Amino acid sequence: MEKKKTKSANTDRLYKIFIYVALITLAISIVVPVLWVFMASIKQNVEFYGSPWTIPAGVYFQNFIDAFQKANMGEYFLNSVIATGLGLLILLVVALPASYVLARFNFKGRKFMNTMMMAGLFINVNYIVVPIFLMLLGWDDTLYSIMGSEFFLNNIIILAVVYAATAIPFTVYLLSGYFRTLPTAYEEAALIDGCGYFKTMIKVMIPMAKPSIVTVILFNFLAFWNEYIIALTLMPGASKTLPVGLMNLMQASRGKAEYGMMYAGLVIVMLPTLILYILVQKKLTQGMTLGGLKD
Amino acid sequence: MNKKKERRRFIAICLAPAFILFTIFMVLPTLNVFWMSTLKWGGLSADKTFVGLNNFMILAKDMNFIRALQNTIFLIAIVTIVTMTIAILFASILVREKVKGQNFFRVIFYIPNILSVVVIASIFTAIYDPSSNGLLNSIVGLFKPETWETTKYLGDPNIVLYAITGAMIWQAIGYYMVMYMASMSSIPEHLYEAAALEGAGKFKQFFSITLPLVWDNIRTTLTFFIISCINLSFLFVKVFGSGPGGSAETVLSYMYKQAYDNASYGYGMAIGVVVFIFSFILSAVVNKATDREVLEF
Repeated sequence: MEKKKTKSANTDRLYKIFIYVALITLAISIVVPVLWVFMASIKQNVEFYGSPWTIPAGVYFQNFIDAFQKANMGEYFLNSVIATGLGLLILLVVALPASYVLARFNFKGRKFMNTMMMAGLFINVNYIVVPIFLMLLGWDDTLYSIMGSEFFLNNIIILAVVYAATAIPFTVYLLSGYFRTLPTAYEEAALIDGCGYFKTMIKVMIPMAKPSIVTVILFNFLAFWNEYIIALTLMPGASKTLPVGLMNLMQASRGKAEYGMMYAGLVIVMLPTLILYILVQKKLTQGMTLGGLKD
Repeated sequence: MNKKKERRRFIAICLAPAFILFTIFMVLPTLNVFWMSTLKWGGLSADKTFVGLNNFMILAKDMNFIRALQNTIFLIAIVTIVTMTIAILFASILVREKVKGQNFFRVIFYIPNILSVVVIASIFTAIYDPSSNGLLNSIVGLFKPETWETTKYLGDPNIVLYAITGAMIWQAIGYYMVMYMASMSSIPEHLYEAAALEGAGKFKQFFSITLPLVWDNIRTTLTFFIISCINLSFLFVKVFGSGPGGSAETVLSYMYKQAYDNASYGYGMAIGVVVFIFSFILSAVVNKATDREVLEF
């Protein structure tokens, strides 16, 4: 009896050890490459010849200065901030009222509009990015023949609008789902108190939807900040967003062996998302069960 | 009466901006994909001639497209099987085994999901560096010093697809694991206690309690994952490059190459239509194949 117990305790312990080894291996395979990039970003170029695992000789901050000055990362950073910030702003201004109305009002055509939004969830930008490009190109040609200038392509504001537009279906799906769960007593009270529809929505209902608004902002911040293919297609000129700029820097610095600057650029792109993640990681991992799915 | 009018106006004002943006930038381009696929529309000349299904006829004989389709199916199969197996297994271990530092692991595993594909591609370019200083090569070199020959992970047509698979799995595992952890932790404890009393071991518990109860969640995510694999493989191939001689080309990257780089818009969009239909059929098949009776607790 005694012997049997120790034996099962032994296999149990072995099993536990095996689990920890597996978990730690996976954790290491994720953390080490990311940390390695941070380490590489403060190395001098000569340090890249030889083993990649050597500790940097010192903090070579010039890499970051080079990335900002020589590789235009400063301009790209500003572009990304504008595209992300403006995109989020447009998205919220447009999607919040629409979600509220779709969730709380009965009117003719509501069902049709809800179905349209649901169908929109299945449209992937990768398929439609070239038609969007061609549409903007066509508008530019028309504009050029009338006014002699172009407007729609290579325009960071238009990029923000496209970001917002392509995020509408998912955002409306998430927000209207949340609005549906709110009790009706609040708006009834507000309406009886003489609040108009607009005032009720802005003063009463939207503040109550704050938790799901935060989720929407978090997810779309990551999506817009990291976005690559739309920015690549719609901004073919010299002005770029960070991910596209980084891609260019990567290709250029391979040839010139300016590794330090490249990894500094990499840090510049991922640092904002990492900081945000550290601040809100609880919210983010919980929020995804709320939204259910994402692209 | 006035009230009614006000209400109608309110509804219209709230809905209009969203639906105008949605229509211009999503509905119209989608319709355009289908319309343009019937046109012979080569880039520089603005001539558009209606050719019906001709683009599709050419496509059926295009060996590059067929190879891209094979690559895509290969990527979907490997990435889905590996990601799902590991994610489900690790999620159930983390939830069931009272592992210390559960939250720590959850935070770590989710990190790849917040990084841009461009960042992931840069990281993996360093990992796959073909010289002996590459992260992977330097580790592999430790274990086989004699037959030591560096591997060109991204430069070898036989390996490049596996290399891309590795990056895709690295990116996806954490997200699905966190998702399954959420649904597994809602399974009531007393089910496991009862099973343990009946003498069911850990594997038995996993297969007859955990898996059936989260099956509905797995099924939805599986369908979704397969679709997103098609899209993700495009992004990864776009940032890694399509390998030597286009050996790692996938369907959507081939579409983009034709439609944007080669400016044969009509042909490119025909590829888009075929891929769209393909993914639709695939998700229907997966949905049907994974259909089980839904169990609830």
